[in-house]
Amino acid sequence: MEPSDIQNIAHLARIDINASVAEETATSINDVLKLVDQLKSVDTEGVTPMAHPLDAIQRLRADEVSEHDVRDKFLGIAPETEDGLYLVPKVID
Amino acid sequence: MEWETVIGLEIHVQLATNSKIFSGSSTAFGAAPNTQASAIDLAMPGTLPVVNAQAYKFATMFGLAIDAEINKHSVFERKNYFYPDLPKGYQTTQLEKPIVVGGHVDIRVGEEEKRIRVHHAHLEEDAGKSLHEDYHGMSGIDLNRAGTPLIEVVTEPDMRSGEEAVAFARKLHSVVTSLGICDGEMSQGSMRFDVNISIRPKGEQKLGTRTETKNLNSFRFMERCIEQEIERQIDLLESGGSVVQETRLYDGDTHSARSMRSKEEANDYRYFPCPDLLPVVIDEAYISDIRQQLPELPSARQTRFETDYKLSSYDAELLSTDLNTANFFEAATEQCGDPKLTANWIMGEVSARLNANDTHIGDAPISAADLAQLIARIKDGTISNKIAKTVFDALWNKEGDVDRIIEAKGLKQVSDSGTLEKIVDEVIANNAQQVENYRNAPAEKRPKMLGFFVGQSMKLSKGQANPQQLNKILQEKLEK
Repeated sequence: MEPSDIQNIAHLARIDINASVAEETATSINDVLKLVDQLKSVDTEGVTPMAHPLDAIQRLRADEVSEHDVRDKFLGIAPETEDGLYLVPKVID
Repeated sequence: MEWETVIGLEIHVQLATNSKIFSGSSTAFGAAPNTQASAIDLAMPGTLPVVNAQAYKFATMFGLAIDAEINKHSVFERKNYFYPDLPKGYQTTQLEKPIVVGGHVDIRVGEEEKRIRVHHAHLEEDAGKSLHEDYHGMSGIDLNRAGTPLIEVVTEPDMRSGEEAVAFARKLHSVVTSLGICDGEMSQGSMRFDVNISIRPKGEQKLGTRTETKNLNSFRFMERCIEQEIERQIDLLESGGSVVQETRLYDGDTHSARSMRSKEEANDYRYFPCPDLLPVVIDEAYISDIRQQLPELPSARQTRFETDYKLSSYDAELLSTDLNTANFFEAATEQCGDPKLTANWIMGEVSARLNANDTHIGDAPISAADLAQLIARIKDGTISNKIAKTVFDALWNKEGDVDRIIEAKGLKQVSDSGTLEKIVDEVIANNAQQVENYRNAPAEKRPKMLGFFVGQSMKLSKGQANPQQLNKILQEKLEK
């Protein structure tokens, strides 16, 4: 991983980082990747890939409306709101 | 050069659950903005999703209905992208192990039947809505829709024209509404279509570069939009240019599609299994239990209409495609006992009126019982076919029930021979010349000439004379 890869990932997540942070992060991520490489060297022939570390299955819930309107509470902690909407910098794709 | 069009569809179907896929918020349409967005939907820290059992059941029903395989072990994954109407920064969806794999939907275009293969269908959550009206140069975000359960149905690129794509879309609409897993309200976004279109020289195996037109929610404009895109691509290629892979956004207000700002970086969604959700495991008993409960599907209903009611396959298909129409037909037929006449009325007067008013049968002012009663009154001779149309108009205007309308407007068919004879006498007296012509005419020409007298008598009776009796009396009197 190069610092430029880190910059790219940061951009996808809309995180603003400077060159020195990109440099540091690249170094530490490369260390993690070395660990991953070590894990990859284990022979996993015939082992089913796991989707979750817990050996359990998802519980399903009944289809019932259990939440109430708490809009005012959430709007109250947002930086900008109007007409019950959260306002964000203009997005047009 | 002759071109071949290749079309594949991705369809977002909102599931008709009461609550969201991962939270207990209501999914009801039309609530005030953000009043149905809970801490989970807003991705507040510390919240955890729990899967809605009904969403799973609905997805399974869909899979069984299209003859697909149901994955007994399915996994939710995170599709990471950044957009303000997606508070978590990822959409919880399925990728490697979707619930529905394979399957097919059969369509008919003209006389030709065709099988469209489904690649898979996966469960996921809908995003919120961005409103781009002017909020001081900002966008407004409504998260009521965030977390509404969807199945995304992905077809194989099996369609070759806009007509086939629309036939598929309509059939899918018919299947999900018949199953009761989606309300089918296109204008509310309950079904949204993304269309992948490419063209290639006829006979070529390799697929051309495709474009994706997103967000179509009207059958009416879907075909036009596809035709426009095909034409655009052919023009490009024939003038020496090339098609650029891009996403085009359909605008329901202007009924046109425009290129979305092409994404600077290739889609990199960095999918990975969602650590907040465990795999969902179902067993054979779960599947067979749902199979048992499956309601009758449109294709099965069509076959039954053909056998039970002796309808032509064309009529049976028209009447079985839409769930409400099929129920209306069946209720009216059961009551009046005449499937053919009921079918004719529904496909004739009723559907003409629905089209003219741009409404559908569920919202029609006339009920199945009304129509059955009207047909019963034609059959027992109370009213003629012609008068029945007048009664139908009055029914549509909510002027009361069939018998009351007939009574109030004095529309009862006149079958009393005394009254009819009086009418016929008057017509004969007023048309001496025609009577003479008739009597001088050779026998084989007379039946045609009789029409004039029938018309005159009918007019005099204000359309209420019993036609069979009138004919008989006229013939008797004219032959004298």
